[in-house]
Amino acid sequence: MNLEIAHLQLPLTAFALEMNARLGARITGVFGASGSGKTSLLEVIAGLRRPAAGRIILDGTVLSDAASGAFLAAEQRRIGYVPQDDALFPHLNVRQNLCYSHFADKEGYRPEITYEHVVAVLDIADLTERRVASLSGGERQRVAFGRAVLASPRLLLLDEPLAGLDAELKERVIPYLLTIRDEFGIPMLYVSHNADEIVALCDDVLLLERGRCVRRGTSADLFAVSAAPHYVLKPD
Amino acid sequence: MSFEVWQVAWFTTWVAAVGTLLILPPGIALGWVLARKNWRGKTLVETLVTLPLVMPPVATGLVLLKLFGRRGLLGRWCESVFGMEIVFTWRAVVIATAVMSFPLLVRTARLSLEGVNPRYEQVARTLGAKPWRVFWTITLPLAARGLVAGAVLAFARALGEFGATIMVAGFIPGRTATLSLSIYHLVQLNRDNEAWGLLTISVALAFGALWLSEVLLRKRPAP
Repeated sequence: MNLEIAHLQLPLTAFALEMNARLGARITGVFGASGSGKTSLLEVIAGLRRPAAGRIILDGTVLSDAASGAFLAAEQRRIGYVPQDDALFPHLNVRQNLCYSHFADKEGYRPEITYEHVVAVLDIADLTERRVASLSGGERQRVAFGRAVLASPRLLLLDEPLAGLDAELKERVIPYLLTIRDEFGIPMLYVSHNADEIVALCDDVLLLERGRCVRRGTSADLFAVSAAPHYVLKPD
Repeated sequence: MSFEVWQVAWFTTWVAAVGTLLILPPGIALGWVLARKNWRGKTLVETLVTLPLVMPPVATGLVLLKLFGRRGLLGRWCESVFGMEIVFTWRAVVIATAVMSFPLLVRTARLSLEGVNPRYEQVARTLGAKPWRVFWTITLPLAARGLVAGAVLAFARALGEFGATIMVAGFIPGRTATLSLSIYHLVQLNRDNEAWGLLTISVALAFGALWLSEVLLRKRPAP
């Protein structure tokens, strides 16, 4: 995966999101406090918001280029998106949620990512006929991951997907994300304000403050153990 | 009750249903545009759509009469293209009820569609769904209860329409006589007993429609 974000600008309420980065890690972390522009960055990459300036290119495909006016619609990008509130469709059951992307354009779909395979990898075979309202927090997140993976995304955007889970449940869900990375080879952009999650998952980390990337490095570069097993940001 | 009474009740229900069905697609479409889009002049459109709700119904009827009359812009067009007259026919009753119910439907549709979390639509798009598929498979089902309740409310409003109808369709027994026009006519003739019969049917129909609307709105699940 090669995601190039060049001279990106998106005006937000209190400041502007400005980004210049080339991302290529298997899981890239975007770390920052609430309101630092993390979700807006994901929305721009997903095609849900149109930037005021700059260019985004994924593996040679121009997703948006403000200068030329090029803008690929979200449904044509094949970029998966799991928001913080998982957004499972409440009127569909688990299987219908998982299969939602199957009716979409088949171009670019990876045949090895099958329903049976994804359901087995994420341990959700027993849930498929359940209503989404009856699922626990951890189950909901696994279904949301599965739904996104079944669309064969070229990149998976995860917006604080574990924020609503307690520490024990987080520890149980994190291995599933690593399995998605290893089993399906889908690169991810993982947004969080939790240092422990970032250290557990990410190879490359961007530190975002008021819409700008102020530091970048590996987890070891940016974080240090505080009271084990918890991590904190190292001082600049 | 006499055959004529049931005929009036059936005619009223029928024109109210046809009028409601006619405004359903444009009402939902406009509700969606108002709920999801921002553009210059949006307030003007909202005000224009709401006008029939606050204007005297007779005034709305007069506008319709001028528009759909033989020399009116739309009246001439309907006659030349379809060869049909509008005013003082059942078609005029349908148009009057549709116009008077339209604001109620649009307002309810807008509220229902605003209640659908846009995140669901956004995620559906990232899963490869084109805008129409998102609308049919996500937005519409999640707003369905509110939309049906709005349609029932519009239908109930259409059942009781009087002012605009009398202007554009007149009171022609067997052709344009609705429940409310007939009640007025019977009271004018001091035939109160017959008017009471029609009143009972009116109350029963309106109560049933409103009750259904309330039930549907209350059962709406949190999206």
